[in-house]
Amino acid sequence: MLGKLTWHAIPFDQPIPLITSLIVILIIGAIGIWVWRKGWWPYLWNEYITSTDHKRIGIMYIVLALVMLVRGFADALMMRAQQSLAIGASQGYLPPEHYDQIFSAHGTIMIFFMAMPFIIGLMNFVVPLQLGVRDVAFPTMNNVSFWLTASGALLVNLSLFIGEFSRTGWLAFPPLSEKAFSPGVGVDYYLVALQISGVGTVLTAVNFVTTILKVRAPGMSYMRMPVFTWTSLAANLLILAAFPVLTATYAMLMLDRYLGFHFFTNNGGGNSMLYMNLIWVWGHPEVYILALPSFGIFSEVVSTFSGKPLFGYRSMVYATLAICIISFMVWLHHFFTMGAGADVNALFGIASMIIAVPTGVKIFNWLFTMYGGRVRFTVPMYYAIGFMLTFVIGGLTGVLLAMPPVDFIVHNSLFLVAHFHNVIIGAVVFGVMAGYTYWFPKALGFTLDERLGKMIFWCWFIGFYLAWFPEYALGFMGATRRLQHIADPSWKPYLDVAMIGALVILAGIVLTVVQLLYSIKTRDRRLDLTGDPWDGRTLEWLTLSPPPHFNFAVLPDVHGEEAYWTRKLTAIREEKLIEEPKYEDIEMPVNTPTGVICAFFASLTGFAVIWYIWWLAILGLIGAFAVLVWYAWRDEHEHIIPAAEVAELERERRRVRAELLKTLTAPA
Amino acid sequence: MSATEAAAIGLTHGSSEDTGLGHRGPESKSIVVPYGFWLFVLSDIVLFSALFATYAALSHATDGGPTSNELFDRTLVAVETLALLVSSFICGLAMIAAKRRNMAWTQIWLLVTGLLGAVFLAIELYEFGHMIHIGAGPQRSAFLSSFFTLVGCHGAHVTAGLLWIGTMMAQVWAKGFRPEIVRRLLCLSIFWHALDIIWVAIFTIVYLIGTLP
Amino acid sequence: MARVRSFPAALRRAALAAAAALLTGSCDRGILNPVGPVGSAEKTILINSTAIMLAIIIPTMIATVAVAWWFRAGNRKAVYRPDWEYSGAVELVVWSIPALTVLLLGGIAWIGSHDLDPAKPLKSPNAPVTVQVVSLDWKWLFIYPDQGIATVNQLVIPAGTPVNFQLTSATVWNVFFVPQMGTMIYTMPRMTTRLNLQADKQGIYDGLSAHYSGDGFSGMQFKVHAVPPQQFAAWAQNARGTPKALDGAAYAELVKPSSYVKPMTYGAVAPRLFESIVANQAPPPMLPKTTPPSMRVSPKPPLEPANAR
Repeated sequence: MLGKLTWHAIPFDQPIPLITSLIVILIIGAIGIWVWRKGWWPYLWNEYITSTDHKRIGIMYIVLALVMLVRGFADALMMRAQQSLAIGASQGYLPPEHYDQIFSAHGTIMIFFMAMPFIIGLMNFVVPLQLGVRDVAFPTMNNVSFWLTASGALLVNLSLFIGEFSRTGWLAFPPLSEKAFSPGVGVDYYLVALQISGVGTVLTAVNFVTTILKVRAPGMSYMRMPVFTWTSLAANLLILAAFPVLTATYAMLMLDRYLGFHFFTNNGGGNSMLYMNLIWVWGHPEVYILALPSFGIFSEVVSTFSGKPLFGYRSMVYATLAICIISFMVWLHHFFTMGAGADVNALFGIASMIIAVPTGVKIFNWLFTMYGGRVRFTVPMYYAIGFMLTFVIGGLTGVLLAMPPVDFIVHNSLFLVAHFHNVIIGAVVFGVMAGYTYWFPKALGFTLDERLGKMIFWCWFIGFYLAWFPEYALGFMGATRRLQHIADPSWKPYLDVAMIGALVILAGIVLTVVQLLYSIKTRDRRLDLTGDPWDGRTLEWLTLSPPPHFNFAVLPDVHGEEAYWTRKLTAIREEKLIEEPKYEDIEMPVNTPTGVICAFFASLTGFAVIWYIWWLAILGLIGAFAVLVWYAWRDEHEHIIPAAEVAELERERRRVRAELLKTLTAPA
Repeated sequence: MSATEAAAIGLTHGSSEDTGLGHRGPESKSIVVPYGFWLFVLSDIVLFSALFATYAALSHATDGGPTSNELFDRTLVAVETLALLVSSFICGLAMIAAKRRNMAWTQIWLLVTGLLGAVFLAIELYEFGHMIHIGAGPQRSAFLSSFFTLVGCHGAHVTAGLLWIGTMMAQVWAKGFRPEIVRRLLCLSIFWHALDIIWVAIFTIVYLIGTLP
Repeated sequence: MARVRSFPAALRRAALAAAAALLTGSCDRGILNPVGPVGSAEKTILINSTAIMLAIIIPTMIATVAVAWWFRAGNRKAVYRPDWEYSGAVELVVWSIPALTVLLLGGIAWIGSHDLDPAKPLKSPNAPVTVQVVSLDWKWLFIYPDQGIATVNQLVIPAGTPVNFQLTSATVWNVFFVPQMGTMIYTMPRMTTRLNLQADKQGIYDGLSAHYSGDGFSGMQFKVHAVPPQQFAAWAQNARGTPKALDGAAYAELVKPSSYVKPMTYGAVAPRLFESIVANQAPPPMLPKTTPPSMRVSPKPPLEPANAR
């Protein structure tokens, strides 16, 4: 009746997961009750959970990402602690069966449920505003995408409490991930959760590519789009082209595990190397899906806080598209040591190095953006400079790894692990933290505390170097990755420094939470009254903070690159705002519970598939289909915001802007 | 593009100066929806490409078991191909009828499309059942795993298509030819034609090449 | 102002910490202390490539901080050029520097990949020793087909002599890696990978698996003993006297999961054991001791390149 699910699935005999799960359940329960007592559930349901507004969906993605950052980082701390303790005679406090789940969960959560949602959340919030339009092309599908991602996150975290997680690393290579060597439910949790969230991600890509190519403000040709929008386009094209490969590959592994197929098995003619190729055909574009929007964020930040347009805009666009295309031609560099032969290895190595060219161009263009500017050292600018310094080191180690003869001695070592953390933290983490700080006032109407922001930056910056440079050294010393126990005691000092680095980063994460709570509590001191707190250059700064539901009362007419900057300069020069427009009714899409209900059934189906509860799986699928049909049957798709209401909101914005204009045109 | 459509996606005034592609402002829903659906179909084609690549890599991994030459029946495949191709044509007729707002013929052509699709599926299920019965099921070898998955994935898409046809027939009946219903029919027809294209690739790579002497 | 001024200072601090970490990183047992031609060549490429790239990125990093600092908003001496957003000359330089660097490194990558192809036999006046490597859960089996012996978690090789490895796995992927000898390579079930290494210096070197293979993965360490050729011959001769034989039953026992396994030696090996593991078939039965396989422990004449595969 309940498939493989029995009481034994709950880790009564394992204190760490048991106690952690209980604490998490208590915290979630407490928050739920607190929200209920405050009467906030109806508000959350109407304004966020069922919202089709890209701004709200973006915020939900980022909240998910921040929560998952804490979960993924907890795994990281446990790993650091284990490696500091389990040296020589000691086996540490985590037996291999636990440690292996922890490093698998760390990678899976950080990439799929922290980095991706954070980037997608920022894209969600910002891109329609930068394009000067009201919403994405498919707002309901946007909501569904978010909830499917959340469903995947839920399933992964459920594995802590019911069953176990995968012990095969964040990519689940066969033969280890096949049924014969991983008979438990761990790999199934991994595969099912990622298949569900993968659907959400592909739908996001369809949404954003359509929006960027077909839904833009009048006058905004391609070469007038902001760079963050260009990088979002490139990233979503990558998602569209790469994620289906992931879906197919995981489907094949699931068929092997559930139905005894022989894609990657050791018998029946299966070929495990095929998995390696397929997964990295997805895997390499994936890192650029994360990196390209991060570069876009830095383009916006550096340009804004240098008071200058981005240097070499066209170059940046071409470099972005070049990276987009070449990222599909380099996948074999993840397994040079599988014996592909010199010609193949060399070709892929050279292709991997070629990607460094457009990336290098970008670094120089940011440098020249600052040149001749007036640089303001705000928190986002700290991250930008920190990124430029840190990422080039990661790039150097990346080009080293791209040389097959070098990879032959550092593959899978801590040198490799240090490299990818170098580029991910340097580009993606710094990028999303910069973006989070930069666009926070636009989203919520007040800025984050600046002093705490700088402390958080320093924690990440210093913590990163402390945590990862010892690992570069250890890689040279012959240390490989994923070790639960360290045989060589001379590695201990390096691991201890790395642990200190992790604790410094922990301080940064704790301060991030503190900063958020503190900033909310003292928001009246830092209200963003004008909507343009940074003297921005792109259209999102045209609106008030937070923007009204419909973003723009009338879509802005775009006359040049840097649409908003041109308009601002014109207003300053002419000492007046543009003419008041004629107001019309605006139709906006209605809220819908389709997404959250669909995700509920998806979670149910997923859980049932993991535990072999077939009747429940079928029920879940029927439920999901029923929800879609019910959604398709509705007659009301939009609600109208009357012109009078639009006028009132727009007039308020114009009043505020006129005040701002007075201060900008006042004699200095 | 109607006034409500324009308003729905925010286009509330006329175009700006001509600057090339995408200058007119947001496109209407009748352009945006099929465009997005085409992108989804492209991503689905990428999924099939991964399965094709796997099939190519594993087509000779028979583990001493049955090979493609021994298993595939060209006649049967010809019949199911005919059914699918004709159903695509009929689907086109359904779209023409829908454009003309002709309820009766839209429903009839949709029904025939679905029936031909069902014929295709029936033949395919028969083929699968027969192969499993003679010990050439997907668990027998890697080649057979990849065959069943590639062809089966296409079949699963056809099944989803049939469900969608049924749903659309009900929707058209209940709500008439409203703009969003017609847009969904358009998406359905894109989907159905795309399945045809994939089938032609499967037919060639799996069945024709697989039964070469 | 104080915060702004502290940025370069903090940067200096961070850089020093990093340099210290890197410099003290050269413990004497890692990839920076190669003992053979393969490892040495790879280390050379590593150092040279790093130097070439540092020559680019260190000035870039300095320029980043310098430009940001000089053009800070409070600096009245810096010229504000709000409209300077394009320069053909700058673009040319900016695209050329990475492109030329990549051209150079690409050339090194091409040549290096071919010279250091793992399957390429090493040039040497001495005849190579063949070792067949099988990764099990979670230990290493080394079969010496020409000497008719086998060891677990202990690899004895003659110094100054090329070792021709043929590798496979009995279960899941692993990677055979001896950092001081150079190139690592995957071991995969039902496939054979090839590797050629050589230890010129006598000594004991650490070996490990460099691909996570399950719960006992951390216990897959082994030691490589590079000994003078005469000593190797004597060791092999001695090993043949060990009563333990790696026949079907012993192999079945060995295959059972175990980790942190102490080194063992087998005095006899079932014929074509390696081939049968690759073919995923049961190991062949042992022949009785009266007809031992040939005992070629003395150096063989150099093989033709065609035979070397």
